[in-house]
Amino acid sequence: MRNLIKEFTKGIIKENPTFVLILGLCPTLAVSVSVANGIGMGIAATFVLLGSSIIVSLIRDFIPGKIRIPCYIVIIATFVTIAELCMKAYSPALDRALGIYVPLIVVNCMVLGRAEAFACKNNLSRSFFDGLGMGIGFTLALILISAIREFLGSGQILGHTLFQGFHPVFVFGMPSGALLVIGLLLGFFNLLKDKKT
Amino acid sequence: MRNNLIVSGSPHIHKQESVCRIMWTVVLSTIPAGIAGVIIFGLDALWVTLVAVIAAVLTEAVFEILSKKKITVMDGSAVITGILLAYNLPSNVPLWLPIVGAVFSIAIGKQVFGGLGQNIFNPALVGRVFLMASWPKYMTTFIKPFSYDAITSATPLAALKEGKILEHISYLDLFLGKRGGCIGEVCILALLIGAAILLYKGYISWHIPATYIFTTAIFTYIFGARQLFHGDWLFHILSGGLILGAFFMATDYVATPLTAKGQIIFGTGCGLLTAVIRLWGGYPEGASYAILMMNAATPFIDRYTKNRIYGSR
Repeated sequence: MRNLIKEFTKGIIKENPTFVLILGLCPTLAVSVSVANGIGMGIAATFVLLGSSIIVSLIRDFIPGKIRIPCYIVIIATFVTIAELCMKAYSPALDRALGIYVPLIVVNCMVLGRAEAFACKNNLSRSFFDGLGMGIGFTLALILISAIREFLGSGQILGHTLFQGFHPVFVFGMPSGALLVIGLLLGFFNLLKDKKT
Repeated sequence: MRNNLIVSGSPHIHKQESVCRIMWTVVLSTIPAGIAGVIIFGLDALWVTLVAVIAAVLTEAVFEILSKKKITVMDGSAVITGILLAYNLPSNVPLWLPIVGAVFSIAIGKQVFGGLGQNIFNPALVGRVFLMASWPKYMTTFIKPFSYDAITSATPLAALKEGKILEHISYLDLFLGKRGGCIGEVCILALLIGAAILLYKGYISWHIPATYIFTTAIFTYIFGARQLFHGDWLFHILSGGLILGAFFMATDYVATPLTAKGQIIFGTGCGLLTAVIRLWGGYPEGASYAILMMNAATPFIDRYTKNRIYGSR
């Protein structure tokens, strides 16, 4: 049991996909303009990650080693299609905001990376908690980045204006702002890690 | 008498030059342009400059205290960053703008990379481009020269971009700085005085400024008008931030190539990019972007223009 908790929590802090493993930066850079987008993308990616981890771990003994990557891609693409269609059906506004980046979860290296590095070597329960932890870690990172960007770039959080008279820093709403925020946060987390050791 | 023979490692001949001395000389050489800016745009220009310098120095000090490094505020490099940043701002900006810009210049443009000597981009230009991308409204509203109040006027280059005719501005006006623009870029005469000090002292070489200005002139002469070879090259040299950029920003020691050959490539690239942005780009002025782009290319230029070591093949 303790083992499972460890698999779950490692994705949130110790092996956070965005800040420590530096995986899946493409959607992180692209959709982190607002917190709503960040949460939407995080949930979609978590769903895909969870689903693909479960299936890959269940059929890991039947997948021939030479064609394992195409197999993973097919599995991941299935879940991405489910997520995309659900998003189109229940939240068209979010779907429009995220655009191409939902289908692009298929090639998100975080999802593929967990399938290749973890799910294909571990049993169902461990893969499940690994996927869940990684997904939540990814979502939290996205929320953190998008909260900073949305506040600085437009003076709002989730569409609510916080301060009157704040002059928004437009650059944080642009792609260059995403790179700045991620770079600074990476540096900050590395600093914390250095302090600890 | 026995101790006359002292054995020591090279270098044996020392010059009085130091980082500190060079930097303060550069500060001195920028002062004429600042005085001209204050005369042209009023005391606002002075406040913007002072605020930027103070913010830059304080940021550097705070950053170095926090990271427990040696405090290098007194070497004058932060002062220059503050001055050059302010020279790239209009005189009528709200005073928090130079503060934010200076903090960004020093913190993100310089200290994050490891302080003086480590920055890949010119810190002052990093600050300017950050401000330009963040608050374009404040950065592109210029006041009319000698009006000392809120009468706004477009810069000659912006007017040119919008297709207005500029018959009322003579080359002499441009040379002396009687036009809308940033604090430090308008008075070419004052900038040239400062540049002459630097060239005389040998702190900058002619390679970058000369090739930069020459390339821009040639390019705007060829492509600047509807007909080939009819462009107003003198206008393009005298307006915008070209002279300020060529002598004071493109010659940053840290972010430019080391060899003469590399510097010529660097200057030519800057000139080409500036002219391209001015003639066909979205912004009326491109000197700052051109220099930053060439800063990014500097490591590659350095790699391919290494001097041959004496005796090697």
